[in-house]
Amino acid sequence: MPDRHKERKSKYTLDRGMPGAFEGETVTRRRLMNLAANGAGAVAVAAFALPALGFAIAPIFKRQQWTWQPVGSPSDFTDADYATKVVNIVPGIGEAGNSITYIRKRNPAIDKEPEDQYNQFVALSDKCMHLGCPVRYVQAAQRFICPCHGGVYDFRGMVAGGPPVRPLDRFYTRLNEQTGLVEVGPRYSVNNELQRFSPRFPGEPIDGIGQYLYPAQFDTSSPPPH
Amino acid sequence: MPKIPAPPLPKALQPKPKKPSESNGQVPTHSAPLEAGISTVDWLDERTALSPGLRWLMWRKVPRGVNWAYTLGSATLFAFLNQAVTGVFLAMYYRPDVAGGAYESVRNINDNVFLGQFVRGMHKWGASVMIILIFLHMGRVFFYGAYKYPRELTWVIGVVLLILTLAMGFTGYLLPFDQRSYWATVVGVNINAGGPFIGPFLSNFLLGGADFGSTTLSRFYSIHMLLIPGAMAALIGAHLYLVTKLGISAPPWLKPQRDHDGDHEIDKAEV
Repeated sequence: MPDRHKERKSKYTLDRGMPGAFEGETVTRRRLMNLAANGAGAVAVAAFALPALGFAIAPIFKRQQWTWQPVGSPSDFTDADYATKVVNIVPGIGEAGNSITYIRKRNPAIDKEPEDQYNQFVALSDKCMHLGCPVRYVQAAQRFICPCHGGVYDFRGMVAGGPPVRPLDRFYTRLNEQTGLVEVGPRYSVNNELQRFSPRFPGEPIDGIGQYLYPAQFDTSSPPPH
Repeated sequence: MPKIPAPPLPKALQPKPKKPSESNGQVPTHSAPLEAGISTVDWLDERTALSPGLRWLMWRKVPRGVNWAYTLGSATLFAFLNQAVTGVFLAMYYRPDVAGGAYESVRNINDNVFLGQFVRGMHKWGASVMIILIFLHMGRVFFYGAYKYPRELTWVIGVVLLILTLAMGFTGYLLPFDQRSYWATVVGVNINAGGPFIGPFLSNFLLGGADFGSTTLSRFYSIHMLLIPGAMAALIGAHLYLVTKLGISAPPWLKPQRDHDGDHEIDKAEV
């Protein structure tokens, strides 16, 4: 195939025999007009496409309002057994926005993670860390068992078997001094050393390289409320 | 310039020779309704010049040896049309209300609406049928080697259509909003989140937030009935254009024959 770009052509559209050419019009001038017309079109498209796109992806960047929800008085909870409580994760959508949390008192004999004001009560999320099915606490075995793919967690929520990639997520808890009630706050994720991470999706390991492969999300990375 | 020969017309549409009883030089007269029909078609054709394109699309040569496996693409297309038509009418009754309204509206379609259970059944089972057919069609193309030059782009578009069909299945599964669809979606979104780096962001986009929230259902509904079907319709158009433009590939067991120029050529039959 001959290279058509090699020969130098006249800069006048008339000399090149381009359609619609007129006296004195240069290719550069025509190119500028083309660019202006197409640019104007692009601006018009961007005027509706960009806001629509931002509208669609905005939830990725939205920060959630964390709240504290009372779940009972301290005497409701023991350190040997879990109490099942329903907390609301997403307000305004009925039962679809509720989640179950399993709560017990902190037991210094087995809970070795550093103690602070947020873990005097251990509140485990019922989300299985394999793919998010709800786990059930089986009192006789002192295990959490997932119905979907057989994930098993021990009494502290550490993985005891099956496909889950990290221990059960937890909720911040606190004892409200004014009301005397135990309150449940935002959810957080833990790695195998029970270090706190901002909440991740199930199935995302956060030990070792996992914490870099699955970065914190914009919408959940705020600290717990005070 | 040699004139391009007119595309072959089927027997029924070829002009009939005059009967001896008809007088010479006179236009044969048709019955009035037929005459009206012909003039309407003529009127449209004069303004749109569509008839050569339609002839190009409808009456083309296919290789000898084609068999029933070649109908799987059309079957998939009809499954898509079935989904589109039943889906449009289901949308007249469906309500993407996450606080229980969605489930109630589907129950209303099933229990109260005339033929509601039938139309919803068509949509529900048609979805499975379409996925089975699209895989069979893909298998036919693969095992017949029909994806090879010059039909690679047809194949690529077909693969995109396959992915979009699966995405339709995923987004549609949530809409009845019962326990099964809710948990299947939770699991599906979490599988999606397992992709490194962008997985979590993609899941946030799908859910419309960090958790399954008030807009998740309406997002899925909008993606299911507007975004993906629009893309699919456009891609099916491109797919069909390429199929027509490039012709149907011969079955792999058909040996090329030498024509009078000494070129290898696949025997073509008229249908």
